[in-house]
Amino acid sequence: MEIEDSFLYTKEHEWISIEDNIATMGITDYAQDALGDVTYVELPEEELEVEQFEQFVSVESVKAASDIFAPMGGRVVEINRKLEDTPDLINKDCYGKGWIAKIEVRDMDESTELMNAEEYRNYLESLAH
Amino acid sequence: MELIFEKSIEGRTGFCFGSSDVPDKAQISEKYLRQDEAALPETSELDVVRHYTRLSQRNFSIDTHFYPLGSCTMKYNPKFTEMLSNLAGFRNLHPLLAQLSGGERWTQGALQVLYELEGLLCEITGFSAFTMQPLAGAHGELTGIMLMAAYHKAKGNTHKKYVIVPDSAHGTNPASAALAGFEIISIPSNKEGGMDLEALKAAVNDETAGLMMTVPSTYGLFESHVSEIAQIIHQVDGIMYYDGANLNAVLGRLRPGDVGFDVMHINMHKTFATPHGGGGPGAGPVGVNEKLVDFLPVSRVVQKENGMYALNYRYDKSIGYIASFYGNFGVLVRAYAYILMLGKEGLRETASHAVLNANYIMRKLQKHYKICFDHLCMHESVFSASNQLERGVHAIDIAKFLIDQGIHPPTVYFPISVPEAIMIEPTETESKQTMDRFIEKMIEADQLSQTNPQAFKEFPKTMPITRPDEVKAARDIKTSFFQKIASP
Amino acid sequence: MNPYIANTPRESSELLKAIGVENIDALFVDIKSEHRPKSFDLPEGLSEYEVVSHITSLSLKNNIYVVPFIGGGYYDHYIPAAVSALISRGEFYTAYTPYQPECAQGTLQALFEYQSSMCALTGMDVSNASMYDGGSALYEAMMMAIRMTGRSKIIIDGGVSPIYRKIIKTYTHHLSYEFQETPVVHGQSSREEINRLLDTNTAAIILQNPNFFGAVDDFTDINEMAHQKGVMAIVSVYPISLGLLKTPASMGADIVCGEGQSLGLPLNFGGPYLGFLCTRKKYIRKMPGRIVGETVDSLGRRSFVNTLQAREQHIRREKATSNICTNVSMCAIQAAIFMAMVGKSGLRQMAHLNVAKAEYAKGLLSKIKGVEVKKSAPTFNEFTVHLPKDASVVIENMMDKGFAAGFALGRYYKGLERYLLVAVTEKRTKDEIDRFAKAMDEVLWS
Repeated sequence: MEIEDSFLYTKEHEWISIEDNIATMGITDYAQDALGDVTYVELPEEELEVEQFEQFVSVESVKAASDIFAPMGGRVVEINRKLEDTPDLINKDCYGKGWIAKIEVRDMDESTELMNAEEYRNYLESLAH
Repeated sequence: MELIFEKSIEGRTGFCFGSSDVPDKAQISEKYLRQDEAALPETSELDVVRHYTRLSQRNFSIDTHFYPLGSCTMKYNPKFTEMLSNLAGFRNLHPLLAQLSGGERWTQGALQVLYELEGLLCEITGFSAFTMQPLAGAHGELTGIMLMAAYHKAKGNTHKKYVIVPDSAHGTNPASAALAGFEIISIPSNKEGGMDLEALKAAVNDETAGLMMTVPSTYGLFESHVSEIAQIIHQVDGIMYYDGANLNAVLGRLRPGDVGFDVMHINMHKTFATPHGGGGPGAGPVGVNEKLVDFLPVSRVVQKENGMYALNYRYDKSIGYIASFYGNFGVLVRAYAYILMLGKEGLRETASHAVLNANYIMRKLQKHYKICFDHLCMHESVFSASNQLERGVHAIDIAKFLIDQGIHPPTVYFPISVPEAIMIEPTETESKQTMDRFIEKMIEADQLSQTNPQAFKEFPKTMPITRPDEVKAARDIKTSFFQKIASP
Repeated sequence: MNPYIANTPRESSELLKAIGVENIDALFVDIKSEHRPKSFDLPEGLSEYEVVSHITSLSLKNNIYVVPFIGGGYYDHYIPAAVSALISRGEFYTAYTPYQPECAQGTLQALFEYQSSMCALTGMDVSNASMYDGGSALYEAMMMAIRMTGRSKIIIDGGVSPIYRKIIKTYTHHLSYEFQETPVVHGQSSREEINRLLDTNTAAIILQNPNFFGAVDDFTDINEMAHQKGVMAIVSVYPISLGLLKTPASMGADIVCGEGQSLGLPLNFGGPYLGFLCTRKKYIRKMPGRIVGETVDSLGRRSFVNTLQAREQHIRREKATSNICTNVSMCAIQAAIFMAMVGKSGLRQMAHLNVAKAEYAKGLLSKIKGVEVKKSAPTFNEFTVHLPKDASVVIENMMDKGFAAGFALGRYYKGLERYLLVAVTEKRTKDEIDRFAKAMDEVLWS
């Protein structure tokens, strides 16, 4: 499983990458692999206010539907509209072109609730056992 | 194959209505009329007959193939029940006739069927009353949970929030409970496939509204702690819900009403041999004990002092109408006929042979497939294709192999808690010869997984289509001849 | 005892031996003695001919020999023999939900054709593969609107079938949604009252065309009012009427549903029937129930599959769009065959005959002393008449003369005890209608 060293992670397999106060988020390689071919992404509305770990997106594949949670709370400032027509970007490039939303983070301290790459790698290993 | 719309020829008709024998004046003003004609097919009767006959031949069905689809009880559907449900006296009977004043006089036969069927189901299950109205199993579940809610409301149990559902349950259980406004608590199974009593005790508290349980479970096992579980739930005034999906296994051997359950639904298309119809219509009567009887939906069929049957709508505490009429009558007639024919002994034998056949298949296959619970099973057994997966062959690949052998595959990937699950329910109506052939083919599949696992990717090869692209279907949605939808 | 069990005693012993148990009871050891039935006092089994004789005699206790002028949403239409013959093929009715598409293309394609015909009929973009019946389709439409809008108030027009309104009331009451009814004035929906009640907390307005009293309407204006407040417009329709009448799609409906019994299904004393549910393409993922989609197989050939299953209960469990598991495939296929048999021009002709015969009956009835035919709105094949006596009594007397004269509105509407709802389908002959009017005159005045 690929893991981006500079990103932060949740136990629900979302990643987040913070630049200034804007956090870009998506789902991890592990999550996209478990879901299989993504067929639809229900994107949030821009300007939506979300709390940390609140469900705000859902991703569907043929055999599963998965709730996606906000890694950090804040205002949704941008969504990846390309996913509307090409949801498979999540499968092809989950840490890049398959990003889901950008959140203007309200409270940077919330990042302490997240795992770094090393911790996430260990977490995935613990799941395998 | 071409769609019927693609066989359409402008101006062709399949049916002649004849000319009108009444004066023909245009009456409805233009503003209420449609401008175009509905673009239905234009075909001859022979076009239609050939088209749908050919389509029917593209199906596997009980009438044509062994269909050991676990959890679905695909037993033979006796033809005489089909004939009886098509009697003119039932087929042409308008449901509203019974609701006219004095209307029961014109519908006595139909009301008697409903009344007597209710009595039979009560005796079979040990409950006090049944409503025949729910139109399918899941509709029955929702009705049952609404009765549970009505009970708590009437008792002032406003704090009841949670319904407990084992992780092995059908997806309809949590979905029904959620629709009725409850939150779901899922309880894991123990390693014997039973309910984890400690986990249950830990989860139960004053906010527990009830518990939904399938007996035998979807693992094909009988929960021997059923009385203890009922006691735990009843201690907090919770309601015990029996999901009757697997009732076929215990006919005459166990009555849910005797062992602590308060409410249940029956899937008539499983236990009582009514046809599955390619996915419905079903019928899902709901039975209750005295605790819940006042809340049953209206109408209810009663017998008056003069022996006449009638519809009664006067029940103050009833939850109200949950369906338009009196249930899927055409389905109920079939079940009534089936029960009358089998009678007491015949029904017991049904369970006996359903369980006998299931255990036979389990024993014969357990050397070749990993069995989930090494224990006698009830009406079905659950295997995991995990050994085959090590060779790269999934449960679905084995399913597709069986299709080429002229066998409808067992249920795969359910219960969801079993990886690569294969769930086999032969039912009592299948012969040893049919089962032996199935066993042989399953063993062949295992052997092929050892010698040539790659071969599986091509199965099935003998059907009108090979494996369809389900990802494309979900991405480039097309659900009508007229529409091409680019990702909404 | 049970002729459907194949095992002979000898084979049963072989099976037991293979399993390694002594007898069948040993297979049931997990059911402890205290769990055994307290009673199982059922009748002894019967032979097939005994059951046939008994149930046939029950069927004869139902009076189906009266000439039916009763409708109320369920109609005595002719079912071409080919429809019944095709649907009685075991390959259709003894199959199950098409979980394995390769060996279920028959069911899947027939359902795809059903969906297509429903789109043609209603003018909507998408249809699901059917619901239990018209009442449950309306309930599912309501739940869909509630989910989509996140609002909790439902407005339902008084012209919607009182049976459906009672069902909706049961569920809304139970789930704590607000439920408001608007009155029917001179046979039509009250625009004024609907406009007054529509607000930004309203999830849906539910309408029916023709309404329960038989009146035909054009809801374009109401649907526009609804959309201005972000309210979903749900319209329940009678499919045969769509052979002539404006489609709900062209009136701006968001969800279209209804009872499909009239599309080739027998009356069956209330079921099985066919619920249909159609919507606009943008709402397809919010639509409950099974949906069949077209795709290709690995060789590029056209194939049909159950699609968008991620919304369904077996995957979503408590988060599913609905708890339903089965649809009524067999009824949907029956309707698909019916629509193919009747065809494009046939449906128009059929609808036309219904209107012509109903108008003829209206004319004769309105000539009877004391009988008033309501004329405030156009009607399709059903209309309301005001009688000089209690309609229930008239119906009972008409039964004795061989007619099911209609439905007494007093059954569901207080104050309408003298109103009779009369339905006239293409099957009623001029002679039957003439005799019906004559009998009515006699019942009222001799």
